[in-house]
This record gives sequence, structure tokens and C-alpha cells, in this order.
Amino acid sequence: MPVTDVHHDLDNLTLTITAQFAAPVERVWQIYADPRQLEKVWGPPTYPATVVDHDLTPGGRVTYYMTGPTGDRHAGYWLVTAVDEPNSLTFEDGFADLDFTPNPAMPVSRNVYTFTGYEGGTRATYTGVYESADALKKVLEMGIVEGSTLAINQIDTLLS
Amino acid sequence: MNEEDAERVDALFHALADRTRRDILRRVLAGEHSVSALAANYEMSFAAVQKHVAVLERAGLLTKRRSGREQLASGDVEAVRSVTAMLAGLEQIWRGRITRIDALLEADLSPEE
Repeated sequence: MPVTDVHHDLDNLTLTITAQFAAPVERVWQIYADPRQLEKVWGPPTYPATVVDHDLTPGGRVTYYMTGPTGDRHAGYWLVTAVDEPNSLTFEDGFADLDFTPNPAMPVSRNVYTFTGYEGGTRATYTGVYESADALKKVLEMGIVEGSTLAINQIDTLLS
Repeated sequence: MNEEDAERVDALFHALADRTRRDILRRVLAGEHSVSALAANYEMSFAAVQKHVAVLERAGLLTKRRSGREQLASGDVEAVRSVTAMLAGLEQIWRGRITRIDALLEADLSPEE
């Protein structure tokens, strides 16, 4: 298993996952730098991602949508805030309308990805910070589409 | 994070990491179910389903009570909505991505098909 460490910071609503990949830092960076590779890893097979805009420079945007089994589409964007190729990438990840206009009603998470050479491969550290418990809940509601999380929005439907 | 929190996160993650347990949880969040009624939904033994229910119970996601000969299980909505559970859910999404990155990098090493 590539995941070597997971840290949940309950007070700061922060998730940090460290993984070890058997490839050089430059190769791991390529996955993020190449939209065709990024879309292969971003969405699960049941909700494949399609990357549309891909500007991996500070102030640039990466936009994507995920397509579900019934053709339903869910769009999101990254607003890139810092890039230190091939070592780190900082961006805000948010939800958007299908024309990629950011949806201000939806939360934005702050993400820092770092890649360092380690034991002949790459140690990748992924950190995401959420602004509130409610923000986290909304992210998970969207994450449900990936079929891997609890149907938290179903709970709301059931309780209403 | 103190030791107790760390153990809670581990228990939650373990509980949520299994598809059958997520399905059981989805059902018991919708309303109380007897363990035997739950077991009828799966192609596995009653004992196996009982074990899944016990894992969810230990993680605090489900509570059980006895009614005659029946064991009734219901989901704990507050626990599912806790920050701990939500971070565990998010962790699953990220782990999926990491697994796919690993597979993509491994494909580099295989000859072209």
C-alpha cells in the first residue's frame, strides 16, 4: 500500500495523507502537469473525471467535471495559488456550475501537495484544510458520487 | 490528536472501509432494522453480517437493543455527521486517488500492450 501515514486534525479540520510512490518526483509531478493523466487519477472508474482547462501556474485554473453512470455531471475547479515544479503545488479546490463558474454557496478547501525524493522514489504529502464542519459535510456530499463515502445527504432527506 | 481520538479514528475508518458495512449503515440510518432482516440482504452468513454490525457498533456508528429474541440495530446520525467520521470519509476518497496514481505509475514499468 502506498499510503504510509494519515493524520486527522479534528480541531483544524485538516486531513494529511502521506504516500510513497515508486517513481521519481518528476514523474509524479507529470501526473498533475498533464491533464490526460490527472483525469485518470482524479475520479474513480464509476465517476471518471474530464479535465477541461489546465493552467498550472499561480492564478491559473484547472477545471474538471465528473460524469456519473446516468450521465450526471459534477463540475469543480482548482484555483492554483503557488507552484514550485516539481516539488509542490498549492491550490483551492471548489465546486462550480457546469460552465465552470465557481459556486459561491459551496465550500472551498485549501490544498497543499508536496513531493520529495525518498528512498529512490517519491514521498507525497497531501494536505487539505476545510473551513468548517459544514464545509466538510458538503464536500462529502459531493464525494458520495464517487460511491466511496456515506450518503450523508441521504440522511438529511430521511430526516426531513 | 490524543490517543483516544486516534483510536476512534482508526475504529471509524475500519468500519467505513468495507462496502457491506457502508450498506448496512445506510439501511440502519434510514430506520431500525433487526439483524436478521439485515442479513437477508446479503449473500453471506448471518454470523458474518452480525460481525459487520458489531464493527459498526464498536465504531459508535450504530446502536443495538434487544426486543424479545431479536436484536434491533439503528444508525447514530450524530456519529456519522461527526468531524471524525467525515474526515474518515474524505480519507477514503483520497486513498482512492492515491491507489490510482500508484497504478498509473506502475503501468509505466509494464511493456506496451
